[in-house]
Amino acid sequence: MMDRRDFIKAQAVAAAAAAGGIGLPAMAQTSMVAGEDSSLKWSKAPCRFCGTGCGVMVATKDNRVVATHGDMQAEVNRGLNCVKGYFLSKIMYGQDRLTQPLLRMRDGKYHKEGEFQPVSWDRAFDEMAAQWKRVLKEKGPDAVGMFGSGQWTIWEGYAASKLMRAGFRTNNLDPNARHCMASAAIAFIRTFGMDEPMGCYDDFEQADAFVLWGSNMAEMHPILWTRITDRRLAHKHVKVAVLSTFEHRSFELADIPMIFQPGTDLAILNYIANHIIQTNRVNRDFIDRHCNFRLGQKDIGYGLRPENVLEVRAANAKDPTDSKPIDFDAFARFVSTYTLDYTAELTKVPKERLLALAELYADPKTKVMSLWTMGFNQHVRGVWVNHMVYNIHLLTGKISEPGNSPFSLTGQPSACGTAREVGTFSHRLPADMQVANPTHRAHTETAWKLPKDLLPAKVGYHAVQQDRMLKDGKLNAYWVMVNNNLQAAPNSGNETYPGYRNPENFIVVSDAYPTVTASAADLILPAAMWVEKEGAYGNAERRTHFWHQLVTAPGEARSDLWQLMEFSKRFTTDEVWPKETLDANPDYRGKTLFDVLFRNGQVDRFPLSEMDPEYDNAESKAFGFYVQKGLFEEYAGFGRGHGHDLAPFDTYHQVRGLRWPVVDGKETRWRYREGLDPFVKPGEGVKFYGNPDGKANLFAFPYEPPAEEPDREFDLWLVTGRVLEHWHSGSMTMRVPELYRAMPMAMVFMHPDDARERGLRRGSEVTVMSRRGEMRTRVETRGRNKPPRGVVFVPWFDSARLINKCTLDATDPISKQSDFKKCAVKVVAV
Amino acid sequence: MRPSHLAALAVLPFLVPAMLSAQSGGLDAQPKRLDDPWRPPVNFVDQNPAPPIPADVTDDRRVARNYPEQPPVIPHNVRDYQITLNNNQCLTCHSRRFTEASQAPMISITHYVDREGQTLGGVAPRRYFCMQCHVPQTVAQPIVPNGFKDIDALLSRPSDGGDRR
Repeated sequence: MMDRRDFIKAQAVAAAAAAGGIGLPAMAQTSMVAGEDSSLKWSKAPCRFCGTGCGVMVATKDNRVVATHGDMQAEVNRGLNCVKGYFLSKIMYGQDRLTQPLLRMRDGKYHKEGEFQPVSWDRAFDEMAAQWKRVLKEKGPDAVGMFGSGQWTIWEGYAASKLMRAGFRTNNLDPNARHCMASAAIAFIRTFGMDEPMGCYDDFEQADAFVLWGSNMAEMHPILWTRITDRRLAHKHVKVAVLSTFEHRSFELADIPMIFQPGTDLAILNYIANHIIQTNRVNRDFIDRHCNFRLGQKDIGYGLRPENVLEVRAANAKDPTDSKPIDFDAFARFVSTYTLDYTAELTKVPKERLLALAELYADPKTKVMSLWTMGFNQHVRGVWVNHMVYNIHLLTGKISEPGNSPFSLTGQPSACGTAREVGTFSHRLPADMQVANPTHRAHTETAWKLPKDLLPAKVGYHAVQQDRMLKDGKLNAYWVMVNNNLQAAPNSGNETYPGYRNPENFIVVSDAYPTVTASAADLILPAAMWVEKEGAYGNAERRTHFWHQLVTAPGEARSDLWQLMEFSKRFTTDEVWPKETLDANPDYRGKTLFDVLFRNGQVDRFPLSEMDPEYDNAESKAFGFYVQKGLFEEYAGFGRGHGHDLAPFDTYHQVRGLRWPVVDGKETRWRYREGLDPFVKPGEGVKFYGNPDGKANLFAFPYEPPAEEPDREFDLWLVTGRVLEHWHSGSMTMRVPELYRAMPMAMVFMHPDDARERGLRRGSEVTVMSRRGEMRTRVETRGRNKPPRGVVFVPWFDSARLINKCTLDATDPISKQSDFKKCAVKVVAV
Repeated sequence: MRPSHLAALAVLPFLVPAMLSAQSGGLDAQPKRLDDPWRPPVNFVDQNPAPPIPADVTDDRRVARNYPEQPPVIPHNVRDYQITLNNNQCLTCHSRRFTEASQAPMISITHYVDREGQTLGGVAPRRYFCMQCHVPQTVAQPIVPNGFKDIDALLSRPSDGGDRR
């Protein structure tokens, strides 16, 4: 007779066999231990998701990924992953992967209103090139544009920058990172003359206090959160302050929890500066030697269309970046109005908590790490609020040393590496150089072996402006790569979608999956993703890390790098460069853009024999030279010798990433301080060498209100954001069954009393409605996010529920980054 | 792709079922109706009714992992579980000393190892927030099937597993 244990076991075996489609006899023969057949090939790669940049080990078998886990040797995560990272194995295997180009056709020809039909790559590029040439001929380079990504590999972003700026001669190139951290990047340059954090993740083990400014690291940077948790729980003196407009999971660890009124973080920061000054805790020696003070422009508008009443009414909407020098005393007077009473009243935060927070910064013995992401950056005063946090670190000298660290986190795996360092913004060139600077353009032309004066000086359209210009018919040939902007962009129903379907425009979307954005395109190009190509990313702590191609992309899917380079073959210089340039430089005549940009004697200088024979490399095989190495080495030439130094290409395939500047084989963990940064000379102590005078700039800015606030009709603040289980628009994570089941739908998180007042309860079907658009979802009153009265939170990962139809396309007038955190909505029962 | 399917390409989402029909379907392959509101992607202009909030999976049945390193999903209700600075409700069943009474699986021994690789006497602080890795599941069924194959599915013939008997 079978006992209960045997019975359960037999049932389980039968069930497993049925599910796996394996007959029982075969299953019974399968050994229970690993044999030769089940040996796996393990290789390193960075995680595909956020800006943390965790290392993962990837197991492959028969050209498929079969397992992944946190890399024990990766400094960032030391063997841990978050739930998304642990499921990386599955992200490439959603069964609706795009595997061939799809063109809208009618009667065998391209037609804007046609139906998607599979075409060859040749046919796809023929149509695309014809459209590009038509637009270039009719309207010139300003009518061509590209929207890229902080998920591009370093060489993909670099190739795109060359193709757009030097090939098509336009700076209408911007990354989705504009939506993500443009405010941070611009404040870095304005404060320190150089982009990216001075500190690094090692600060987590050194700090005595952590302050989360609007960031929900428990869900959005879980592995960095494990490092804070580790520090907090293992060291009793450590304090964690969490500031947000609603309560979320990071509050579970908070010693000082603070819910403030949306937008009033500006006042809190000025109050802290005032508190430091009033209590005589300014580090006078530090500010005298290392800092300048400036008074910034106020009343700068909200980055809306110029005819919007808010822009017309703003005094300084036309020159928002202006500032003038002041001295410390003037700065002290400026912030003196931000008293504890005033700030508590404005922010609705209890006084004792404001004071406790201010003391973390003011106390010279407390090493403090400030952390922020979208709460600061997606802010109509995003640049100001970034400046203000540097202000309080600089006033106290708490910067550029272990544990004292203002730290701007990033949301994408190569927001730093590709968007910022490579310079895929509409105003940037590699190594922090600017398109508007003639010296920088000349340097770039030389580095790229291009004719003098070829590169355009005009700053291109930024993300939101691209959408507006598509809608207005001024931008007509448009290529979207590695992003899902129709789901991500603000006020998308009025400002984004119309441009995609504007009959004057030809829209190309390269992606691995059929996203909302792809569905609105005219041509869809199937993309290889993650370990289907050799890649490099740069994370938030200046760490550059590489991976090899580990598996083959499905069907005819090709990497963005291949797509960019192959497309460049369809154009000759005579078609796209000015006649005067070619007259003055006849050697460039009759060449393809591929010849002048990629077969230029630099990019093509490494033969296939330099590739690691253990790994395949589709792009290099296609073009006949080691493409990634050639592009990387040409690019690295921009930064070497002046503080952006990258190691040699091959080194990165050996190590778990290195933090630049890498000098004499050594990475740099803290910048700007003698003994820690090789670019600071003996005797200099601290030097902010990005600026010519070696000093950092503090800026005085006031509190100014958001662009839109709740009123009688639209009576709730809408805050949008992300959740742990899904990454950004969910195109990858919504296809992983375990992640999908954990969080299948974007709901509206609201206070139970706000729900009750509207006749709603948990589970009620509602329409979330703004002046601009609406979406339908269900009410959640008991979830992980607990908004206060008057605030609702809706995540944006769900392609079936597009909350960005409701958001407002107001941007920071300086950084041009949208504010996805503050607009007015109402929630009504369906 | 068969010509008869080309018409279906008119609207991209139709790609999903079109491809589904060509697949034998793995564990997660559960064809959905074309108008199923869960189905990603959808067209931008669609205004989709919201399905009811799906129930949590609370059957307490263990689910096989896709690979040994995968954190197991949570098969029971965790609503209103307290995890704060002072209290972690998950550990009141799953930490070593409580498992005899609770009969819950003990957390992995990896959870006792700190960042430096040292084994500690208790749960490593960096492992404190369980739900960063272990997530509950709802009964919602994924619309897009996932074709991931685990190592066992890939082994085309039975291995001797090093067994030389």
